[in-house]
Formats: sequence, C-alpha cells, structure tokens
Amino acid sequence: MKILIKNGRLIDPANKIDQVLDILVDNTKIVRLDKNITNGQATVIDATNKIVMPALVDMHVHLRQPGREDKETIFSGTQAAVHGGVGTVLAMPNTEPPIDSPEQIRLLKKIISQTANAKVLIAATITVGRQGKELTPIAQLKKEGAVAITDDGSSVDSAEILAKAMVKARQAKILIISHCEDKTLSQNGVMNLGAMSTRLGLRGIPNASEYKRVQRDIELAAKTKCRLHIAHVSCQESVEIIAKAKKKGIMVTAETAPHYFSLTEKALFDYDTNKKMNPPLRTDKDVAAIKDALSDGTIDAIASDHAPHTMPDKDIEFDHAEFGVIGLETELAVSITNLVETKHLSWLDLAKVMSLNPARILGIDRGNLSVGKSADLIVVDPVKTWQVRKEEFLSKSKNSCFLGMQLKGKVLYTILGGKIVYKVKDSEDISH
Amino acid sequence: MVKRQKAQILDQETLNRSLLRIAHEIVEHNKGIENVCLVGIRTRGVFLAKRLAGFIKNIEQKEVPVGILDITLYRDDLTLVASQPVLHKTEIEFDINDKHIVLVDDVLYTGRTIRAAMDALIDLGRPRTIQLAVLIDRGHRELPIRPDYVGKNIPTARQETVEVRLVESDGKDEVVIVEQNG
Amino acid sequence: MAEVRWNKKDLLGLEYLSKEEIELILETADSFKEVTTREIKKVPALRGKTVVNLFYEPSTRTRVSFELAAKRLSADVINIATETSSVRKGETLIDTGRNIEALKADIIVVRHNCSGAPVMLAKHVSISVVNAGDGWHEHPTQALLDMFTLKERLGRIAGINVTIVGDIAHSRVARSNIWGLTKLGANVTVCAPPMLIPAGIEQMNVQVTTDIEEALGNADAVNVLRMQFERDVQSAFPQQIEYFKKYGITEERLKRAKKDLIIMHPGPINRGIEIASEVADCSQSVILDQVTNGIAVRMAVLFLVSQARDENQI
Repeated sequence: MKILIKNGRLIDPANKIDQVLDILVDNTKIVRLDKNITNGQATVIDATNKIVMPALVDMHVHLRQPGREDKETIFSGTQAAVHGGVGTVLAMPNTEPPIDSPEQIRLLKKIISQTANAKVLIAATITVGRQGKELTPIAQLKKEGAVAITDDGSSVDSAEILAKAMVKARQAKILIISHCEDKTLSQNGVMNLGAMSTRLGLRGIPNASEYKRVQRDIELAAKTKCRLHIAHVSCQESVEIIAKAKKKGIMVTAETAPHYFSLTEKALFDYDTNKKMNPPLRTDKDVAAIKDALSDGTIDAIASDHAPHTMPDKDIEFDHAEFGVIGLETELAVSITNLVETKHLSWLDLAKVMSLNPARILGIDRGNLSVGKSADLIVVDPVKTWQVRKEEFLSKSKNSCFLGMQLKGKVLYTILGGKIVYKVKDSEDISH
Repeated sequence: MVKRQKAQILDQETLNRSLLRIAHEIVEHNKGIENVCLVGIRTRGVFLAKRLAGFIKNIEQKEVPVGILDITLYRDDLTLVASQPVLHKTEIEFDINDKHIVLVDDVLYTGRTIRAAMDALIDLGRPRTIQLAVLIDRGHRELPIRPDYVGKNIPTARQETVEVRLVESDGKDEVVIVEQNG
Repeated sequence: MAEVRWNKKDLLGLEYLSKEEIELILETADSFKEVTTREIKKVPALRGKTVVNLFYEPSTRTRVSFELAAKRLSADVINIATETSSVRKGETLIDTGRNIEALKADIIVVRHNCSGAPVMLAKHVSISVVNAGDGWHEHPTQALLDMFTLKERLGRIAGINVTIVGDIAHSRVARSNIWGLTKLGANVTVCAPPMLIPAGIEQMNVQVTTDIEEALGNADAVNVLRMQFERDVQSAFPQQIEYFKKYGITEERLKRAKKDLIIMHPGPINRGIEIASEVADCSQSVILDQVTNGIAVRMAVLFLVSQARDENQI
C-alpha cells in the first residue's frame, strides 16, 4: 500500500529539513521526498498548511500491564499513544509484578506482539522487585530485549548498589534511567515545598530531594563511565547540575514532562488530585529553567510520564490520592502551545526533543524521515485549538492535569511502519 | 417590571394625625400606660413605634419603653424569598413578662409578619397581652390576625403594593399605592 | 450596614471569602449572640433542616459547639464519627457525602485530618459543606470566633496588632486567623521556634519572628496555639519544658507586654506548656468568651449557608 502526503511542511531534524515537500510511503518505508510527487495508486493525504513530522518517541510511559489492567493495558495505552501522535513508547517496569526477570520480559513481549497498536520498548528494573537491594540479571535482560533499566517510581537508595548496576549496565551496553528522589528529604510530601504548600497545609517536597539525587547519580555515572539518563526533571537546580555535567563531558541525558514547563504549584489551589505527581509541580522560576533547558539542549527530551490511575485512586483526599497524570494524548499539543507558540522551540527543535533525541538515547532507528527509513510519521494541524475533555481520551484512565484547557495543535494522522494507525474523526474539520 | 405610582394615601400631616390618634387610643384602651411597652418591627415599625412613644409622652408626660424586633429568624418564607434577608439584632432591653406589648408595623397585609413577630415575642417571655398597631391595613389576610389600632384602612388589589415612606428612612413622610405591571 | 449578600453554599475557609463576607458573618453573629443570652435560646430559622456533623477526627469542643448552634436554630442534628485509619478500606469521603445528601440532609459539618478534604467534598455534593477543621489547612469558624471576640473587646479589627504563638506549621487555626485578620486590616505576627515556621509564611502578609519578647512587644492580642505533642512530627518539637521556657505565655512576659493585652487560646489549653496556669485564668484572658462566642458564630455560619442561593466557587 502506498501513501502520498502532499504539500505538508516537512519537519525532519535528522536531516535539518523544514520545508514544504511531498512524501511517498510504499509498504513500510519512506521511498521518496520531493516537490510535486504524483502517484496514481497511492492514497493521498492533503497536508496543505499542515506539519508532517516523525512520530513521537515517548521514553517514559506507564502501561500498567501486567497487574493493573484496570488502569491501562498495552492495548489501551498504545491506542492513546497513536491518538497523541506517539509511535514508540518505552514501557516502565513498575508493574505488578515488576519487569525484573527474563521470564517477565518474555511474557510482556508476548502481550505486546498480540495487542500493541504502537511500538512498545521494554524497560526492566535495576533491582529485583524494585526493592533497591539485589541487582537483576542485567546482561540477560538486555539479551531478552530490554532497552533500559530503571527502578522508576523509586530511586536506588544505596549508592553502592547503583554503582554496581552502572558497571554492569556499561558492560551490557544498556541505558540506566534514574528516578531521582531522596525519600528522606521528600518526607511523605505530596506537593512542592513552599508558600503554596504552607497555604494549603500540605506536606512539601523540597527541590533538594530531586537535585541531590541527580547530583549523586551523575557522580556515580562519571565514576563508572556509565551512560545515564535522568527521568522527569522538575526543578532549576537539577537543570544546573545536568548542564555542568554535560560541560564536563559526562555521558548524561535528561528528560522532562510537559506539566513541568506548563504548570506550577499554584495549580493545586483547589486540591485537584489530577495535579498531584512526583516530582511535584514546582514554581515559576523552575518552569522558566526547564523551558530554557529545552531550548539550550540541557534537557534532551520531552516524555509524558504517562501514569494512568483509576477514579478510586484519584477521587479521594489529596494526601491519599496516587501520584501521577496521564499525558500521551496531550503532550504534543501542550508542547506546541507552551514551547512552539511561545518561541522557546522551533518546530525542528520540537521534533528533536520529542522524537529524534529520545530515539537516539534509546538507540533505535526512529525520529528520522530519510528515504529508506520506517515510515513512522504524523500529520499535525498546527493551528487547530481544542479543549481537553475526559470523553476524548482513549486511555483507560482520565487523570489529566490539563483537563478543561485549550490547546493548540491536533494530530490528524499517525502512520506507523507505513500503516495509518490513527486518523482524526471525519466529523472533525481538518481543513481551514 | 414597571412600577407606577397610583395614588398618595397619606401625606405628612395626615400620617402624623393618624399616629396621634393611635397614641390616644393606646392610652385609652390600656387606661393609661402602666405596663405598656411598644415593640417596633424592623425596619419602619421601629420608627413608627418611636414616634408613637413621643406622642404618648406628650399625652401622659411619661416615657413608654420601645423595643426593636427582628423577625428574620421566624419567617415562614425564608427559603422562598428571592434575595435572602439580612439578619439584624432584636433589641428589647426590658422584661416583657406580664407587660401589655403593642407591636407596631407599617403595613398589615397577609398577617404572616405579625405571626412571626408574635412567635419571636413569646420566645422572649410571656406578655399579659399582645396588641397590634399598624399605620395601614390593606386587607388580604391569610391568617386570623386583626389589628387593635389602625391608621387607615385601604382596600387594595394584590398586584398593588403600599409603600410607606418615613423621614427617618426615606427622607419624607407619605404613603402611596404603587401598581406593578408585568 | 453594607448591603452584602451571602451567596456561598459552603464555608470552606477564610481564604475564599471577601472582607465584606467575613464582616457579614461577624455582624450576623452579633445578632445571634443576643439570641444566646435569652431564656429561650432557640429560634426556628432552620426548623425542618438537618445538619450532619461528619467528624473524621476526634473533637468534642468543636462538635458540641456546632451541635448546640444547629439545635438553637431548631435544626435536627446527626453526629457521625469515623475512624480515619479505615480511609482506604472503607467508603470514600465522596461516597459518604453523597449518601448523606441522599438522606436529604441540608448541611454537612466536616472535620477531617486531611487538608483540603472539605474542598473536595463540596465539589461533589450540592448540599452545604462547612469546614470544621481540615488537616493543617483551615479552621474558619475558630478564626471567626476569635475575630468576633477581638471585635467585641476592642471594637475593631482594622489596625490592631495580633500575635499568633506556637506551632504555626501544623496549625489550621493559625492559617484561618491569618487570612481573616489580614483581610480585615489587622497586623499579624507569627512567632514560633524555627522548626515550626512553615516555608513561605511571610507571603501570607505576616511578620515572622522566633523571638517571643519581640512578638509580644507591640501586640494588642496574643493567640496562643495549643502545642500538639501527640502529632507525628514529634521529632520537630523541642522538649515541652524547653518550649515553655522559651515561648510559654507567663506572668513575667505579660509584665513586659501591653497592659491590656488580650489573651486568646483555641483550646483545649495545656497549662504549663504553652500558657501558664495563672495567665489562662487572669482577667486579660478571653478564653471562655471565645467558647461562648463560638456558638453565635457557628449559628451565623449555619444560617447564612442555609440561605445561600448560588453555587459555591472557591
């Protein structure tokens, strides 16, 4: 099957292309990029005034399967992904049970092959049961297909154990992703520590609980010469530490999530548990620092940290509600609205941080629209505004921190491996 | 809603003459003012009670105590009225037990205000009698209540309202009938 | 009096009220105080209405005060006390609230150990919710009765100097007082050991000090918070004796303060810990007036929310 996408503004940071070009897809691959391509057999998509860019690569997604299929499954989560323009996700291993053995990976791979609507990469845990004590068989996990290891949701508290893991990870050539949190500093906090937590009477989490761990993990990575990726950076100090490390040539990369450059602790004024996540929403100065870090490359990637939770886990007292928000279906529009529209990022930059960079960090051949590459791309209406509504989510869970907001930019088509896996409903007007 | 003033019923002179007559009647009916107390119902009943007390003083050369009653908490239409009423204080500084209490209000209409006032009063003690003085009785009673002293009886239609204006609250003394259309 | 209308179905905190709305509550409470001095202390204003006291935290004083207030308004009162430990196992707060609504109650008075619980409850039920204290967040009726008592004594709130001493970090009484007093134009100083001063408190328009002498120097009134040593932040507290030595309100300290300094305490008092026994009982103490005024203030609140016409919006 052939698809011809005509007159779209092609954004391809891998080849530094930002121009109106037609793109021809044959079977699974991109076969031609040119002006005025005609092809009688192809399904034609008119992308006039639309953006054509690589499908997003989201390297931080909780799909909850196995164990919490009431929150999300591989099937529903990847449906949500393609709805949001995401073609590849890295599934976090904090499932029940956690992905900490070759058997678990094999089981997961089977579910993925049977039900996934998008490409799902597997992250395994660093320690058995995410207990921070005993290392998993890292080399074996890599052999089974894990592309990264992380105890996400928790930090590995013991520096000794993490250092050992880093040595093994380096030998196995697998990426370590650090959830940076010192629980002795976050002290059962439920939001950012500061004027707002004081006003609301809630326990606060200081920036230090994140950045001190960022500092420690970077030092360990430097010592062990291990490649390290820092998950969900939320505060200014972490950005500064990462910038310094990069300058020194330490192999560290970092991601942030859309809420950390879009919302502050002030959004918690009415105790909305959909604004409760870990790390927490910070302050204006942190938001500014995160935006700058995305512009200057200190932070390499945007990942959703898609964390689905059911109503009974969220519609309860703020103290008791689960941490986390969904994000697969809003991350592109939130980033367009809060980064591209505000001139913090160009479209090329956006494609870089949401697709090319995460692909490179994970070592996969994605995020690139060269001829011969897998046709993983999206067509986006860059000016269409829409309101975030519960009813439109394909995720099983509805715990979005952007509910009710007006966003700019809507995914019209998601094409993966040359197949249209998502197409905006015909009822929604795609022409202007 | 359009309000149209239909007729002036009382002017300053006739209004005060009516009050003077009521003052005489109160004295006569109670054979003096021994144990008589006036209680005005907020807001205009209070001003009328004070004026009556003035007239009575001129007649009897004696002070008659005046209290203020707020009936908000006793209304039977609290949940019905469009804009909620504002609660003010009840200020009755004297013991009402065994007294002849003259309730004073501006307009007697359905009788519900007086019902509420009597309930409020009885919660404060056990008067010997409760009497009722009103400047205007416009009819349309919904409860078995009748005034003891009336300034003027005015037959009205339901869509009309009687507005009592007093110097103390409105800058001038007059009573008018207002018709509401629409 | 200013023509302010009350249109909030709930009372969730003083943060959410305007100056005028707070003044309206205080003025309404003044009218109810007269009712509480009568032989028959009951008026029929809330006849036929049902008030449910939903308490997730043990409290006798506040519950009794609300119960009396409701009964003096002729409302029917039901008390529900719930163990907090079963939060995750049992019915959720929202389900409980909806059940109470289905029972056709009119007002839920809620006390909860989680900050924000009443805010959440109010979003999910259409009947009135009155916050009787939530976590470290707010205790609006306590602050209202404190302000009522101050106004009764001093004739005004604007321009007076009020010092709040004690565990500011974990005190809902402190937060509600700060909101209310600053909105009405008082100058508020908070005084506590450094560990008990929460981050960014100065952004609530208060002076902050760790020095009790400085805090009392210019004060017209001091609100002495109960030191709750039984709470789980025990490690943050200096020893009780040490605390009394450094921050206790003693006769000695009163000598250096203004002569007619008003002494308040939300109760129950810990004699010899945050306040000297003699001071609690001295003529400057209005602690028992606060208790009396609490009923009038709560009558005013129950009366006003029951009359509200509009949806609440915080």
